[in-house]
Formats: sequence, structure tokens, C-alpha cells
Amino acid sequence: MSSDASRKSWKVDGPHFAGWEIYHLKGSPVNPDRVYASQSSGWFGQVLQRSDDGGQTWTAVGNQFLYEGEPGTHKWYDGSPHPWEFKRVWHLEPSLNDPDMVYAGVEDAALFASSDGGTSWNEMPGLRTHKTAPEWAPGAGGMCLHTMVIDPSEPDRMYVAISSAGTFRTDDAGKSWRPINNGLKSNYIPDPDAYVGHCVHRIAMHPSRPNTLFMQKHWDVMRTDDGGENWREISGNLPTDFGFVIDINANEPDTVYVVPITSDSHHFVPDGKLRVYRSRTGGDDWEALTKGLPQENCYVNVLRDAMTVDTLDPSGIYFGTSGGQVYASADGGDSWNAIVRDLPAVLSVEVQTLK
Amino acid sequence: MIQVVLPKNLQILAGVGRVVELEVPGQATQRSVLDALEASHPALLGTLRDPQTKKRRPMVRFFACEEDLSDEPLDTPLPGDVAAGKEPLLIIGAIAGG
Repeated sequence: MSSDASRKSWKVDGPHFAGWEIYHLKGSPVNPDRVYASQSSGWFGQVLQRSDDGGQTWTAVGNQFLYEGEPGTHKWYDGSPHPWEFKRVWHLEPSLNDPDMVYAGVEDAALFASSDGGTSWNEMPGLRTHKTAPEWAPGAGGMCLHTMVIDPSEPDRMYVAISSAGTFRTDDAGKSWRPINNGLKSNYIPDPDAYVGHCVHRIAMHPSRPNTLFMQKHWDVMRTDDGGENWREISGNLPTDFGFVIDINANEPDTVYVVPITSDSHHFVPDGKLRVYRSRTGGDDWEALTKGLPQENCYVNVLRDAMTVDTLDPSGIYFGTSGGQVYASADGGDSWNAIVRDLPAVLSVEVQTLK
Repeated sequence: MIQVVLPKNLQILAGVGRVVELEVPGQATQRSVLDALEASHPALLGTLRDPQTKKRRPMVRFFACEEDLSDEPLDTPLPGDVAAGKEPLLIIGAIAGG
């Protein structure tokens, strides 16, 4: 989908990769023509696609994701040991400064890197071999590494989130990792403030303030101001603090967006109303954004990689739903329009601001 | 030339039509035909079988001459009509779900 800076009318292309699930796609911030896509199928497995012309044409690149060494076991749903098995790539995170460098977060949870534009992949085993890894267990959607955030001010510092192990940080470019879950409380695990085991759904960082992260957890919306050393709850007046997405306005580091979802057993918006909630105070105080969004008989979900923001002013906000709608706001969330309404379930939404 | 029929999703992935014609050196077996298919269309690597173990993906099936050859040993010769190019080797995405 493409538009000019007014973001009023949109051109819709495709479908690309018909018949396949696209778990995630993302463009390189230093070369917007370079786009990576994770293409997946229950029948035919994992394919990685790369475009060098902004998505007009695609080439299948490397799809071998081999854990380094003997991968061992993690916990299964019933607590028994289960062998580590590659299933799919959930998230692709291109490097901030090298278009050939890209990271892949996979299920079963591990981090891979490619330095040749996705042609070959090598595991960064420091994460999966963390001493707590045998205790990690899958969430309902599998044991996936679904979120990765790179600190633009300190390139060796990166964050990942795993369902349901929690959040981890490296300060040495991925050689070693440590859990940063202090302050998280999860009543669905035996020890609610455990070192690992939290079902983090998404984390977001504003590039101008890299020590502040916002988190949508299985339940609870959280914030840290010290690079994840300590988290505090900022759910405030949200109607429910369950949800998947969280994102930050590109021009206002304290303006945060979430889409509350009814509960862990009811994966749809509360009261039949699709409402984005915005905080202009970095959390705690939230307002419902409803203009242009259905306010009756709506029972969609919004998945964790399905919200994004552009860098224009005012910032554009975009999200996709399990019902196949992609909504866009060109005014920071005050009003919304559907770009498309009848796609399959939307798994991820990303935007590139081309200048 | 040996003929291989691909499922629609893999036709799109490989950028080919329904039937792919392959020159297969030596005896035509599952292994040699898939080796030739992957060599000529590398986008298909990993989509039919594990690249290391060569084990068939669980929901991929191989049919030919009205027989299910999916669980045949990899080096068993394919039916003569397939080797002679009279009948295709059908690669099928298993019916799953409903």
C-alpha cells in the first residue's frame, strides 16, 4: 500500500506471495529499497524473501536456520523437557546502518543473524544457551522470539522479547544476554515476579530516548526508564490492560498507543468497540481514540507486530486486525480510515517513510 | 525428460508453471529427482524436504501412476513410466484441516 505525504488516498498492490502466511516484513532503514519478508507455510515451511526494489520483485534467499551445537531442551506446555525445534521466523529486524545485515527472531526462541542480505544465517547462540533457557516454556502461540529493538545510540545494545520467557538485553552485540524482567508481575506463573517466564507481547522504544521502553505484556502495560533494569506498571485507566501491540508517536516520545483486548481467553476488543488508547503522558493516563473505528459489533484482535508509525509530522499510525482491516491515521490517532477492509487476518504492519 | 508437477504455492515460489521438466542423471529416484529439482530451482530448497536429513516434510506427498510413493525409500527407483517421461511425479500438499 502506498500514498503521498497527505496519506489520504492509498494504492493497494498485490497479493504478493498468495497462499502463504507472511509473519513479518521490514525494510532496511538505510536502504528502503531493501525489504525482507518472512514467508511461512504449514506445508512447505520457512522461506525468506528479499526485495531490492522496494517490494516490486522478490527473490527467495536463505531459509536454513540451524541451531548451533546440540540445542538441548526447553519446557513443554506440561512442564516436560522438549527438544528445541525450528518452526518459523516471527520477526525480522534489519540493521540500523548496514542493509546487508539483518536479524531474525525465530520459534523455538533463538536469534539468528545474516550479514549477506539473508543468503546465509548463523545463530547468535548466547541467547538460547542462557542458563535459564531449559526453563523457558511456550506461550499459546508457540515459544517465539517476536520482538527485537536495537538501541540507536549504543549499537551493541539490543533488546529481545520471548513468549513466554520475558525480555532480555545484550550490551555486547549479542554475545551474552541477561533477563531484564524486574518489576514484571505475572499471576499466571507459579512465581509472579520470577526472573524469567513472563509472557511479554511487545516492547517499543523511541529512538530519541533509548533508555525508555514501553511494554505490552500478556496482562499489564509497563514502562522502564533505565534500559529495562526496572519496570513499573502504567496501565492507569485502560479498560483492560491485556493486549498485544504498543507503539510510540514518532515525534512525541511520551505519546504511546495500545489496543486493549478483552482478556487472555477473549482475544477481541472489549464491548464490541475497536478503540486505540493513547497516552500523551508516557502512560498512566489514557484516552480512547474512536473516530472512524467501528464502535459496535466489532470482535477483532490486533496482533503484536500489527501496529506501526511513520515519521511524518503529524505522525501516521497504522494497525491491522484479525478481521483483515488495515486502519490508518494521518493525525496521530485523532481520526482513522480503513485502507483495506477485506484481507485475511493481518499478522504484521510496517511502514516506510520515503523522502 | 522427467516431468514433475508442483502444487500452486510452489509454482509461485519457483516462478514456474504447473509442470517442470528435468534432466535427471542416472537412475530416477525420489532423491535424484528432488536433487535435480532443487538444483534447477533453488527457491524450493527446504520446502519439500529437510536440507540436511532429506526427510520429506510431513504434509508433502509424492504420487505417481496412481500410487502413493511418499513413504518409499529415497533411493528406490521411480516407476518406469515416470523415468521415461510418460507420467509425471506429482508433488502434493496434503489435504489437511477440512
